Amino acid sequence: MIELTKRPIEVADLLARATRPESGAVVLFLGTTREFTNGRRTVALEYEAYEKMAEKKLIELEIETRRRWPLVECLVVHRLGRVPIAEASVAIVVSTTHRTDAFAAGQWLIDTIKCDVPIWKQEYLSDGTTEWIHPNPIEGKIS
Amino acid sequence: MKICVKLFAVARELAGDSEIIVEVHDHATIAELQRAVVAACPRMDRIMPHSRWSLDADFVTSDVYVHETSELALIPPVSGG
Repeated sequence: MIELTKRPIEVADLLARATRPESGAVVLFLGTTREFTNGRRTVALEYEAYEKMAEKKLIELEIETRRRWPLVECLVVHRLGRVPIAEASVAIVVSTTHRTDAFAAGQWLIDTIKCDVPIWKQEYLSDGTTEWIHPNPIEGKIS
Repeated sequence: MKICVKLFAVARELAGDSEIIVEVHDHATIAELQRAVVAACPRMDRIMPHSRWSLDADFVTSDVYVHETSELALIPPVSGG
């Protein structure tokens, strides 16, 4: 299940959905909005997506994750719009029969989402300026 | 033919609009489309080395042909999560 939402992420609901009789391990990853980065204070983050493509990519990633690991449940929720500090901007919950697969699948999912899903965050800083975050510039894709 | 390109994040801010329409020849590639976008909006030049393109919501390389009916988007470096 993948979802883009403008509302706070209901983490307890996701955990309940992933905890099933056949699962022996449930791994939750939350990406949360951080106040201080390199000494500068962020007051909020705003997430923007190319929603049609982001949903398509997330569905493809769920399919690929299920191909690589035997998952019981796979839930990915990403927030859009303004997100206050110390709230979850992304939640990934994977459940498996054994923990090794759950940790590996969760790690691969968040790493791949950060590279290949068209979602962008803009930081609103305490000095009144705004900044688009580009942590992983992609070199040489277009010649 | 006229091609409408969707713009997001820093690309949208540089262009001052969420899309840009450019004219390219009938058998143009993504690389030629990119040159047309930069010609129409030179400020976008600096993000091009770090950006990717999508056609009908899939990433494509610069040698792919574009069509009037394609949904094209310029994808600056993503930063979700």
